[in-house]
Amino acid sequence: MTKSVLIERISEKVEGLTRKQTEVIVETIFSSIKDALAKGDKVEIRGFGNFRLRSRKARKARNPKTGDAVEVAPKKVPYFKVGKELREMATKNI
Amino acid sequence: MTKADLADKIYEEVGLSKKEAAGIVELLFNSMKNILSEGESIKITGFGTFLVRKKGSRRGRNPKTGEEIQIEQRRVVTFKPSLQFKSLVEKV
Repeated sequence: MTKSVLIERISEKVEGLTRKQTEVIVETIFSSIKDALAKGDKVEIRGFGNFRLRSRKARKARNPKTGDAVEVAPKKVPYFKVGKELREMATKNI
Repeated sequence: MTKADLADKIYEEVGLSKKEAAGIVELLFNSMKNILSEGESIKITGFGTFLVRKKGSRRGRNPKTGEEIQIEQRRVVTFKPSLQFKSLVEKV
């Protein structure tokens, strides 16, 4: 399933909502989540899950092509923790 | 940031009423929950992929009591951020 199929589904379910409007809405939602994390904020979607940043320590790695040792700087990565409701729904339906 | 803040953003950008905006935020995440629960992954270009993985049954232990328990096979949802998302937050 891709974003466009998801947009299709939602615009079908809401009367009076065009595909174009739904597209803008879905884009707005996902870019707002990205922007919030980029500002260092957390995003909590009750029942679905939380988005926040996790820290990765600096580490030594190797360039797999040349074998040279390289320093990887510490960084932040996006992290999603599945919400209770989604976790339970996913498990139940197996 | 919560669902209410997302609804406000939509209200500002699309011009739906606050109530309609809140309904659509709810609908989006509910649709995603249903799709994932059916075992289907969702790819959002520029954001990332919500993946559904099957985990086999295994024997585990209750970490509190030390009691052995059987963990049944289950589905778990994971999120793999897109490269774009990763580079956006890397230096925060």
